[in-house]
Amino acid sequence: MAGLHKSEFANPVINWIDTRLPIFTMMQKEYGVFPTPKNFNYLWNFGALAMVNLMIMIITGIFLAMNYQPNTELAFGSVQHIMRDVNYGWLLRYVHQNGASMFFIVTYIHIFRGMYYGSYKNPRELLWILGVVILILMMATAFMGYVLPWGQMSYWGATVITNLFSAFPIVGPKIVTLLWGGFSVDNPTLNRFFSLHYLLPFVLVGVIFLHVAALHITGSNNPLGIDVKSPQDTLPFHPYYTVKDSVGICVYLAVFAALVFFAPNYLGDPNNFIPANPLQTPADIVPEWYFLPYYAILRSVPNKLLGVCMMFGSLLVLFVLPWLDTSRVRSARFRPIYRQLIWLWVVAVIVLGVCGAHKPEGIWVILSRVATLYYFLHFLVILPVLGKLERPLPLPESISQPVLGGRGGGPLPGSAPAKPMEKA
Amino acid sequence: MRPLRSLLAGVFAAGLLAAPALAQEGESLPHQKWSFDSLFGTFDLAAAQRGFQVYSNVCANCHSLQYLHYRDLSGIGLDGDEIKAIAAAVTVPQGLDDQGNPKDGPATPANQFRSPFANEKAARAANNGALPPDLSLIVNAREGGADYIYGILTGFVPAPSGFKMQDGMYYNKMFPGHQIGMPQPLQDGTVEYTDGTSNNLDQEAHDVITFLSWAANPELVERKQIGVRVILFLVFMAGITYAVKRKLWSDVH
Repeated sequence: MAGLHKSEFANPVINWIDTRLPIFTMMQKEYGVFPTPKNFNYLWNFGALAMVNLMIMIITGIFLAMNYQPNTELAFGSVQHIMRDVNYGWLLRYVHQNGASMFFIVTYIHIFRGMYYGSYKNPRELLWILGVVILILMMATAFMGYVLPWGQMSYWGATVITNLFSAFPIVGPKIVTLLWGGFSVDNPTLNRFFSLHYLLPFVLVGVIFLHVAALHITGSNNPLGIDVKSPQDTLPFHPYYTVKDSVGICVYLAVFAALVFFAPNYLGDPNNFIPANPLQTPADIVPEWYFLPYYAILRSVPNKLLGVCMMFGSLLVLFVLPWLDTSRVRSARFRPIYRQLIWLWVVAVIVLGVCGAHKPEGIWVILSRVATLYYFLHFLVILPVLGKLERPLPLPESISQPVLGGRGGGPLPGSAPAKPMEKA
Repeated sequence: MRPLRSLLAGVFAAGLLAAPALAQEGESLPHQKWSFDSLFGTFDLAAAQRGFQVYSNVCANCHSLQYLHYRDLSGIGLDGDEIKAIAAAVTVPQGLDDQGNPKDGPATPANQFRSPFANEKAARAANNGALPPDLSLIVNAREGGADYIYGILTGFVPAPSGFKMQDGMYYNKMFPGHQIGMPQPLQDGTVEYTDGTSNNLDQEAHDVITFLSWAANPELVERKQIGVRVILFLVFMAGITYAVKRKLWSDVH
């Protein structure tokens, strides 16, 4: 494969570089003329938004780390130093803190988009699996980041979550000691969490690169869930989707700004303004909002080990989602029953979130158990069975001809084609 | 870790009372009007300055404000000379002298606020085992914020008959569990204001809470001002970008 690249760029400098390292040609191919289905709705903005969000987190994080002290004696005070003395430190910190929430909002919508339109199905299974890896890495990063300010909820959240690993027989306590770097959450814990919190985002960048690389092999799914058939079905990524993503980015930044500038602590917990105190447990140890559904699943099971397994299972089940869903029709638009049930699943997740915010007493226990049951029922029973029973609506001929004429030229229900995408 | 462990028992007892561990029975938050509340709200600087006077005369006897420096007082509208004078009136530790002995001296604007007690042990010893919390972030650190602090400051009432009080504790209708280690700090006329403002309890509480809200969120006014401009810009940009998008996409069918 050795040999200079034949560059088509007119600019001599770009041409010189591109001849030796064809990154400009690559960008042109992957983001310039890249054929993209022309029927995306605004839900297809959220991958780009997540990418922007990660950039914001990394940049603000680097500047925060210049002023932060990962030491139990100094951490809380150093965050106050950032908030009060560092130039625009409060802005960096509030952007980073609320950026975590925005990242999860954007990512959860991105995942929902994938589930609603069946983006995980053949041939995009690996793309989806990489996405689940990204979600798990994100959660680990967010959890460790929340520990760094060393407030009460940081400390006790770290204690509760790391203790979960002790539920595993034999190796459990060893894992916990390893996580703590000692026999309780203390300075070594804070040090390693800081180190990993700085490392994992760059691992994320790597996995996201693979996620995008895989996307550019299979091509994007689209709201109809049918394959691209001809060049008429696609548009070049630039300028059509660069401008459409830009609209989304402006709206997303406006929402982000509203949170940062007018309600920076709305999603936080007042307890985290109290320095960590190992001798005083807060009345309620509640994780950040984006972990509440998993927390509710954990607490809905009376047995600790089983609860921990269910909690991890609620994420791991996503890995096999492409094989649990037996329907070959991708988009919920053509699956009349799935289209209703996916919303019921969303309701179950929201109910779990609300349950996670309340003490596990009375009605909240029952509710979280019902919702947990439905969460798993959806994946393990409903999706495999529904794919066999449901009669999908007739699929359109192609993206550029979405409306079926009276002739009913679409494939027959139940025999929708799932051919690998033809090269447009 | 600090030498906390020896104090386990005391902390545990205080923790029971101090933490919002006990369910908050009955008493709902007294909703007050605050100058800094609304979308464009700013700190009432006159109130914050009076509040600083309340803090200095009353609260500062027990409560530290350790994340503030005297220089920060420019944020409530005091000028350089006033701040220098305020700092100079306070004696703080100033490292070691030439013989290696600890020395004290007048503070400068660059100094942190002086804490009333040398350390946590001294603070507990002087307060019946209870630790007066640092007030730098108190408004952010309590559910209900400014309204909750107002409820505490105005919540000292005689204990209902039959309510069993522990020694050295005071009844407060707002406080979780109703037993608080702090005696009623403010009453009508506790502080003599120089600007002629009425010094009833309600006014004193509002003033000191305005000051403490500023102490917890000194960036609030700048933050909201920048926020308005940022959001206006983004809404404008969103509009323009959407128009460009419509134009570009007009030939796609």
